Amino acid sequence: MKFSIRNGRIINPASPGNQRDTIGDIAIDNGRIIAVGKLPSGFSAEREIDASNLIVCPGLIDLRAHLREPGQEHKATISSESRAAASAGITTLCCPPDTQPIIDTPAVATLIHDQAANAGLTHVLPLGALTQNLAGKQLSEMAALKDAGCVGVSNAMRPMADYQVARRALQYAATHGLSVFIHAEDPALSNQGCAHEGAVATRLGLPGIPSAAETVAVASYLALIEATGARAHFCMLTTASAVTQVARARYDGLPVSADVSAHHLHLTELDVLDFDSQCHVRPPLRTQRDCDALRQGLADGTLSAICSDHQPHENDAKLSPFSTTAAGISGLETLLPLSLKLCEDSNMDIVDVISRLTTGPADILGIEAGKLASGHAADICIFDPEQYWTLSLDNIVSRGHNSPFLNWELKGKVTHTLLNGKITYEA
Amino acid sequence: MTTKTIEIDPLLNTLCQTLQQQLQSRNIDNPAMIGIHTGGAWIATRLHQMLGLSEALGMLDISFYRDDFTRIGINPEVKPSHLPFNVDDRHIILIDDVLYTGRTIRAALNEIFDYGRPASVMLATLVDRSNGRELPIQPDACGITLDTKTQQHVNLTGPEPLRLTIG
Amino acid sequence: MNKRNIQLDDNNRLRHFLSIEGLKRHILTDILDTAESLSGVTQQTVKKVPLLRGKTVVNLFFEASTRTRTTFELAAKRLSADVLNINLATSATSKGETLLDTLRNLEAMHCDMFVVRHVNSGAAHFIASHAAPHISIINAGDGRHAHPTQAMLDMFTIRRAKGEFYKLKVAIVGDIEHSRVARSQIHALSTLGVEEIRIISPATLVPACCETLGVHVYHDMRQGLEDVDVVIMLRLQNERMETALLPSEHEYYRLYGLTEEKLALAKPDAIIMHPGPINRGVEIDSQVADGPRSVILEQVTHGIAVRMAVMSMAMQSHLADAHSSALESSE
Repeated sequence: MKFSIRNGRIINPASPGNQRDTIGDIAIDNGRIIAVGKLPSGFSAEREIDASNLIVCPGLIDLRAHLREPGQEHKATISSESRAAASAGITTLCCPPDTQPIIDTPAVATLIHDQAANAGLTHVLPLGALTQNLAGKQLSEMAALKDAGCVGVSNAMRPMADYQVARRALQYAATHGLSVFIHAEDPALSNQGCAHEGAVATRLGLPGIPSAAETVAVASYLALIEATGARAHFCMLTTASAVTQVARARYDGLPVSADVSAHHLHLTELDVLDFDSQCHVRPPLRTQRDCDALRQGLADGTLSAICSDHQPHENDAKLSPFSTTAAGISGLETLLPLSLKLCEDSNMDIVDVISRLTTGPADILGIEAGKLASGHAADICIFDPEQYWTLSLDNIVSRGHNSPFLNWELKGKVTHTLLNGKITYEA
Repeated sequence: MTTKTIEIDPLLNTLCQTLQQQLQSRNIDNPAMIGIHTGGAWIATRLHQMLGLSEALGMLDISFYRDDFTRIGINPEVKPSHLPFNVDDRHIILIDDVLYTGRTIRAALNEIFDYGRPASVMLATLVDRSNGRELPIQPDACGITLDTKTQQHVNLTGPEPLRLTIG
Repeated sequence: MNKRNIQLDDNNRLRHFLSIEGLKRHILTDILDTAESLSGVTQQTVKKVPLLRGKTVVNLFFEASTRTRTTFELAAKRLSADVLNINLATSATSKGETLLDTLRNLEAMHCDMFVVRHVNSGAAHFIASHAAPHISIINAGDGRHAHPTQAMLDMFTIRRAKGEFYKLKVAIVGDIEHSRVARSQIHALSTLGVEEIRIISPATLVPACCETLGVHVYHDMRQGLEDVDVVIMLRLQNERMETALLPSEHEYYRLYGLTEEKLALAKPDAIIMHPGPINRGVEIDSQVADGPRSVILEQVTHGIAVRMAVMSMAMQSHLADAHSSALESSE
């Protein structure tokens, strides 16, 4: 099918300097982009999308989205969440290995891949388990997992038995060219905590997770990464300290990267006051100072991606006293508007913001995606940057309705999403 | 709204005389007197002296027995009720300053009966606002009967000097 | 973002009593004054008033406690309420019934007030935000968060002994980190306007950013006790030794136990308080606990009047809506 997207503001962070933000057209044929900027002469589209006053960018890549399938289909499924992703302009999702069963065998990775293909609404890239059963003790069959389509390995939020296992896992992953996605949280320091150890947790009497839980883990892993030469990525940093550590490590040439979640860029521990379980997330919301540092780190590129850490939950999971509620926000549909908000809130350039959602995650995953270029799959997101809208229980697509951003005034609404040159969402 | 003051002493005298007549005709010779805080207590103090009663004066605060406490709220400054005698089988003279709807007296009766079972209870009030009764309660003795409108207020201030105003 | 205080009804009267935090001073003094009026009741021959007659109060205790539960039960009965005791520490919820389901089941039995004690911080708030409109919730202790009736009876005791709050230096000694009582006391003392609140505690038992609560932190007990008017001792639990928070009871007693010798540093008329139960020889010497300046037993007595006050005040708000009459109160 021949498509053309006419007259849009094309934001393509992968392009060289002055071509990253231009007005132009895009030609699509047979699922692939065949021209960016000007339509080829004689190109006649079967469908033309008028993108005047809209932004056209590569389909967004979300580094972390829990799809709940297999194992927790009462919360959500690959099909339901793919639909949510498509409505949010997201064309590639990376899902962590903590499904049930865990992605520690090729069969599970294949299952997920097949389910995603059936739904046909977004690419789903699984991360394989770093250790068997995510128990943190025995290495998983990483080579087999890679062959089955895993783009990296991770121990999700489960602790490693000790640093000896961690070191060996890093070494083993490195030999197979697999990036290790690390959730840096020391289990002993985080203990039974459920909120940032600070003024708010003290006031509410909630057991706290100190910043040290993250900074100690980051420091230790940085040392191991240096020793093993493994490529590693820190998932969802939340402390100013950790951002500084990662910046220094990158400056020293270590092959590390890091991301931040959209909610950590906008919420702090203060949002937990009144025991609002919608703000119960892991790692926890920290101080304003940390939030500022995360924004700064994102702006200067230390943090090269924004993820949603999408965690759809059934209503009951959030309906109990704070510490007993499940952590996590249903975040796919607010990923773009919350990211765009940074253009106003912290003066970030929109091209940089888009790159944190496209080229940044693509580089981290080591995939050819996140760019509008001739010959590449036509995974495209078109949105109206000026449209105000509200995410509400009436229009939320995800099965998970757990979001503290419901009824926030959001700016920036997806109008079209294309996957492999097929329209998967149209407003 | 004009405020009118009424002389207390003549009312007290009327009340005292009527009470004495009542006690005589009922053959009661050792009544126990209870005054309802705050105004009734002041009146009771005077009457207690005027009647020359030997038994100590009892005081009742009916705040916790009101039927409308939920609407007006609990008055945080409640004085404790104090009945220095056994209520069982006694003839009680209950004193209040102004009888209007009758709810205060009902509350007082409830409270007295929580203490025991009196032989009888007589009601004496300084003022009877004959319009506005909401319960079947009438005084056995009163100082003056006033035909008042709902918007009017009848207030006793005190304890020294005692002043009755209608406004 | 101005969220309405869940504890107050539309007329700004107390509807739920969940935490001291968020309540203005006049509400706290109203509670103290009402308790003062009601304290006379417990000394009368007739120890009851009909304020809550016809109402059903449910003691919903998810955490075992005999002493707190019995004082709430006594308080409710003195108000002429019917009382139901439900001990969930061992039952339904451990079988997986959600807290909300437990609540709904009890609501279906047409109760008017729940007194809730729960092991998780925020449980009382959670229940209050999901309770049917005609129900009032009283927090009898939730996790580490709050124990507001205990704090109020402590304030009542202080006011009885000292008269006014504004010139007082108050020291709270012990495991603040794990104490819901301490948190509520700090909020109450602060709202009532005491001159200074001191925390005396080993570093491992001081909560993070404690100063933001408006307290001065001392690790040296002798320094901390200098010139104070009120000393509140907290109970030390055995688990603190097991989780690398303290080396031993012995060292704790040496450094933070209240002895006559340390007490001499406080004002000569300083009073000693303890929410109970006391660990004699660990946080406090028997001599001091039983001594002339200890008001520990009075605290227990005051607990009933204070709880009667809180329960009556909370109940009046939802019944008031049923009255449509605009009649003045009767003369």
